[in-house]
Amino acid sequence: MTSLATLPPRQNGGGRFRRLLAVPDGAYRGALGVVAAVFAVLLVAFVTSLVIQARPAFAHFGLSFLTSTKWDPVHVHYGVLVFLVGTLETTLIALVIAFPIGLGCALALAFGIPERLRVVLGPAVEMLAAVPSVVYGLWGLLVVAPWMRTIIEPALAHITGGHGPFSGSQLGVGLLLAGVILSIMVLPTMVAISRDVLLAVPHVEIEGAFALGATRWQVMRRVIIPSARGGILGATTLAIGRAMGETIAVTMVIGNTDHFSHSLFGTTQTMASLIANEFSEATEPFHLSALIAVGVVLLVVAVVVNVAARLLVRSVDRQRAIGIGVL
Amino acid sequence: MTIMAADPVLARRAEIQRIAEATDHRRQLLSRLALLACRACLVITLIPLVALLVYVVIRGASAWSWAFFSHLPTPAGIPGGGIWNAIVGSIIIDAIAAAGAIPFGIAAGLFLADSDGRIAGTVRLAADVLSGVPSIVVAIFAYAVLVAHGIGHFSAVAASFAIGILMLPVIMRASETAIRGVPTVLSEAGLALGARRATIARRVVLPAALPGLLTGVLLAVARGAGETAPLLLTTINSQFFSASPTKPLAAVPLVIYENGIQAYPDLVKIAWGSALFLIVMVLVLSVGSRLVAARLRRVRYE
Repeated sequence: MTSLATLPPRQNGGGRFRRLLAVPDGAYRGALGVVAAVFAVLLVAFVTSLVIQARPAFAHFGLSFLTSTKWDPVHVHYGVLVFLVGTLETTLIALVIAFPIGLGCALALAFGIPERLRVVLGPAVEMLAAVPSVVYGLWGLLVVAPWMRTIIEPALAHITGGHGPFSGSQLGVGLLLAGVILSIMVLPTMVAISRDVLLAVPHVEIEGAFALGATRWQVMRRVIIPSARGGILGATTLAIGRAMGETIAVTMVIGNTDHFSHSLFGTTQTMASLIANEFSEATEPFHLSALIAVGVVLLVVAVVVNVAARLLVRSVDRQRAIGIGVL
Repeated sequence: MTIMAADPVLARRAEIQRIAEATDHRRQLLSRLALLACRACLVITLIPLVALLVYVVIRGASAWSWAFFSHLPTPAGIPGGGIWNAIVGSIIIDAIAAAGAIPFGIAAGLFLADSDGRIAGTVRLAADVLSGVPSIVVAIFAYAVLVAHGIGHFSAVAASFAIGILMLPVIMRASETAIRGVPTVLSEAGLALGARRATIARRVVLPAALPGLLTGVLLAVARGAGETAPLLLTTINSQFFSASPTKPLAAVPLVIYENGIQAYPDLVKIAWGSALFLIVMVLVLSVGSRLVAARLRRVRYE
C-alpha cells in the first residue's frame, strides 16, 4: 500500500517539456514577437512571390493587360477585362439580391420573432455559413440550373418581353445563376453579423423611441438602423469580398466562356474561375504568368475592398464596429 | 350643444383627433406590413438553405454504403466504388494544416492579446486583410513556393500549406478574443505569486480561455476542410491509394467538384455522397465545438 509519504516529492512544474516552457519573461515575449514577425514575413513573401511571377505578363502587356478583352492562350495574347467585369457583375447581382433580404432577415431575427424561435434560428443560420462552397456549387449545377432553365428564365423573359438583359438562349447555367448562388452563399454571413450589430444597439435608445409613441417599424427605421449602419456596412463589404473571391461554386455554374455576356442568361467567367479552370493546364510559362497576374489583380481588388471597409466602418462609427472581425 | 360644436377651438381639436387617429392607423398598418416583410425575408433566406440540405441528405444518403467508405474509386461507367482514398487524403491534408496553424495561431493570439502597440495593430490589420484574400490567390502562393520550387511537383503538403494559411487568421483573431476575455485578475494573481509570464500563459490564461480557443480552432478546421479551390492548384485527384504527404493525394472536396461536373450518373452519385459526408463532418465540427465549449464553461463555473 502506498501512503502519501512514500510517494516521491512532486517536482514543481515537473517534466522536461514544462521546464522548457518556464522561460524568462524576456525570452517569452521575444518568442511571441518572433511569431508575429514570422507572420509578417509570410505575408510579405506572399505578395512578393505573386508580383515576381506576374511580372513577365505585366511587363509585356503593360496597361493593355487590364483593358484588353481578348484572352487567347493560343496566340499568346492576354487581357483580363472580360473576367474583371464578370467578377463585378456576379458580385453586383449577388449584392442586389442579398442586401435587402439579408437586412430584412437580420431585423426579423433580432426583433421580429419570439425569443424561443430566435435561439433556434440564430445559430442555425450561423451553421449554414460553414457549408463548403463546393456543395453550393454541386447543388447549383445539378438542382438549381434545371429550375432556372425550365421555370425562372422563361418566366423572366416572358414578363420583360425578352429584351436587353433578359434576351438570349436560356441555358440554366450563366451569369444570373452564378449571382443567385453567390447571394445564397453570402446571406448567412451577412445575416449573422448584421443581427449581432442590430442587437448591440443600446436599449435606452430603443425604449426612448417607444416611449415617444413610435411603432416597431419606426423604431427600426429611425433608431436601430441608423445606429447600426456602420456594422451593416461592414457586413455588406465582407459579403462583397466573399462574393468576389468565391471560386469553386462560381466555376461550376457560370458556364466558363471567355467573352462578355450581353444578357443575364449568358455565360461568362470571373477572375477566380478563370484561374481555377486554366491553372493546372497552363503548360506554357507565359500563360502561367498571365494567370498569376490575374491573381494579383484579384488580390489588389480584395485588399482594397477590405481595407476600405475597415476604414469606412471606423470613420462612420467607432463604437459599434463589432461585427467586423467576427467572421 | 350647438354653441359648443360651433366653437372653433373644439372643432379644431376634433379635427386634430381625427387626423391623429388616421395617422396612427396608417403607421400601425405600415409597421405591421414592414414586420411582415422582414419575416418574409427570413423565410426567403431559409428556403434555399433548407432546400440545399434536404437535397444533399436525400441524394447523398442513397449513395452511402459500406463500400462507399471503404473502397477505392472505379473508372467512369463502372458502378460502385468509394472514396476511401479521398477520405484518407483529406484527413492527412487537413491534419498537417491544423498542426501548423493551431500552435502558430494561438501563439500569435497570445501576442496580440497583451500588446496594443503599433506592431500589434499592423499584425491585426494584416490578419484581417488575409482573411479577406480569396483562397484561390493563397493557393497560387502555395503553388509558387512548394509546387514550382520547394518539392517540385503537386503534393498533399502544398495543399496543407495553402489551407493552413487560410486557417491562420481565423485562429489568430478567435484566440485573441478568447484570451482577452480571461479576467486580468487571474494573471495578476499569478504575477503576484512570482510566476513567470510563460508559466502564467500556460497554467492560467490558456486553460481559462480553452472554451473560446476550442471554438475558434474547430471553426477554422471546419472551414479549411471544406476549401476546394486551393486543392485544385496544389494536389491532383486520383483513383489510387496513397498516404504519403509528399505525393498528390485525393481529397473529398475535389471528388465533389470533379465528379459533379461529369455526365456519368454513377460519378454524380459519388459526388452527392461525398457532399453529404463533407457537410456532416463540417457540421459535427462546428456543432461539436459549441457543445464542448458550453460544457467546459458550465463545468468551470458550477
